[in-house]
Amino acid sequence: MALMLVKFDMKKRVKLAQTIWFLYWFAVMAGVLVFSMGLFFKIELRKRSELMDNNESHLLPNVLILMGLIACGVNAFGGKVCYDSLDPSKFIKWKPMLKPFLMFCVGFNGLLFVTALLCFVMRIPLQFTLAEGLKNGMRFYKDTDTPGRCYMKRTLDLMQMEFRCCGNDHYRDWFEIQWVSNRYLDFSAKEVKDRIGSNVDGQYLMDGVPFSCCNPSSPRPCIQGQMTNNTAHYSYDHYTEELNVWKRGCREAMVSYYGGLMNTIGALVLLVTMLEIAVTIGLQYINSSLSSLVNPEDPESESEGWILEKTVGETFTDIMANMKAMSKGGKVEEEAEAGVATVS
Amino acid sequence: MPFMPVKFNLQKRVKLAQGLWMIYWLSVIVGILIFSLGLFFKVELRKRSEMMDNNESHLVPNLLILVGLLAGGVSAFGGKVCHDSLDPVKFAKWKPMLKPYLLLCCGFNVLMLFTALLCFLMQFAVYLTLAEGLKNSIKFYKDTDTPGRCFMKRTLDMTQIEFRCCGNNNFRDWFEVQWISNRYLDMSNDLVKDRVLSNVEGKYLMDSVPFSCCNPGSPRPCIQHHLTNNTAHYDYDHRIEELNIWSRGCREALFAYFSSMMNSIGASSSSPSCWR
Repeated sequence: MALMLVKFDMKKRVKLAQTIWFLYWFAVMAGVLVFSMGLFFKIELRKRSELMDNNESHLLPNVLILMGLIACGVNAFGGKVCYDSLDPSKFIKWKPMLKPFLMFCVGFNGLLFVTALLCFVMRIPLQFTLAEGLKNGMRFYKDTDTPGRCYMKRTLDLMQMEFRCCGNDHYRDWFEIQWVSNRYLDFSAKEVKDRIGSNVDGQYLMDGVPFSCCNPSSPRPCIQGQMTNNTAHYSYDHYTEELNVWKRGCREAMVSYYGGLMNTIGALVLLVTMLEIAVTIGLQYINSSLSSLVNPEDPESESEGWILEKTVGETFTDIMANMKAMSKGGKVEEEAEAGVATVS
Repeated sequence: MPFMPVKFNLQKRVKLAQGLWMIYWLSVIVGILIFSLGLFFKVELRKRSEMMDNNESHLVPNLLILVGLLAGGVSAFGGKVCHDSLDPVKFAKWKPMLKPYLLLCCGFNVLMLFTALLCFLMQFAVYLTLAEGLKNSIKFYKDTDTPGRCFMKRTLDMTQIEFRCCGNNNFRDWFEVQWISNRYLDMSNDLVKDRVLSNVEGKYLMDSVPFSCCNPGSPRPCIQHHLTNNTAHYDYDHRIEELNIWSRGCREALFAYFSSMMNSIGASSSSPSCWR
């Protein structure tokens, strides 16, 4: 008993072939979309790789790019087969490769599904990479004269302004590191010497933040320095002041940005997977309907189409039997060779 | 004696009709393109209308939108006529309106060329509007509690950050206005009182700029205050310091942006009128 048997006449077969051909071209565009999403994601990761210590994992965008290219190729071939299925003479040459092609499609659909899952799961390693990278980014903020790190200040400033965030978890992270380069500190001044002497590491710490933390929506000009000292500024209370600097931490901002991107890409890949499954099933129907013609000489005769020739259980046992036969066949060959070897 | 006569047989006529039909459909697409360019330009002007005192002229984008729509309609009609010209029966019904249609097309081409010319010329008007608008924006920067102007600070800060510019002509424009609201000035303080009394209008002027003028590419943390006082900062000389704050004025930056947009729109809308 075949799985999901459907009766076909000539008209229905033609309609099916046309629909599936149309869907295959849609699927080619979907493959292009997946490829471009992978490319876009790769570029986004590259843009901010400085903030992730240059060791972010490019696995996901590379997989997306590969899947997109394979999808284009597979769907274009499938579309060609569908187009030729309307002409029996052309279809004859495709017939032998159709079964392996369909098996390949099933495997490919499985891989697509795994890719979609990967999009949702890879958020977690990204979070850790970002946390580590941002912490180092802030530490190297002042090293504008060290080769290899001289652009960290600019990158971090631009990022804080673009993502509207300050520091790693919040703005107080800037109080714990020295973000002013020693080149611009007057070591003969008493104030500087006091600050440096006041902590174990000899760092110039202050309760100030860089200008890129400033919130333009604040009604008053930005207060960057002496933020915890209420008397240093007129009518200022740092406990209640909300609009002065960005309150959100940059790790949270970047994670939500990349997380949103990955969720969207994952959802789109799931949709593409469903489309691929639909076209694979359609091609299987075309294949089965054309190979089960009641009268093989008459192309206009009726036929039946199915997804699986036997039920799921029977197909599974068949596959197991085939695999056993193949492995036994291999063993028999080995024994024969061994026999030949011992004889000779 | 007719102007530029050409001999035609049936094959040549058919080829001509087909070629023209193709060109007419391309013209429809170009019409849609001009329409969307006009829309984009209108949106950009609206975005920055606060910087231009809300009285910028929307003539050019409105004209582009109109021309785009007309081009689409006229070209679609022309394409239909070309398509029907291959069938004498269908062409008979279009024949009477063909002459007025061709005259309309000529007039329309002139309008399109005029619009392209306007794109290049209206840049002067934009320049003047920007100069006036930015001057007022800087004046109203501190009025974050005045209804109707409370977002001027944010808009100006975001503009300076986005376009990498400071002030109207240069950063010294900020020295000439009071950009701190009186609500945040301690009027009982001697320093404040001195500054306020030191000029005729009683404004709190200082040699400082807002944070949005800061250049992230500077190797040292941004110096916003006491910009002309070399001794206020270690190892600082305001005459040679280049990377600290943006040295370009916002009028020049905004004008460069709008003029390049208008030039490209003018160039792309003048080429289709040559085809037509």
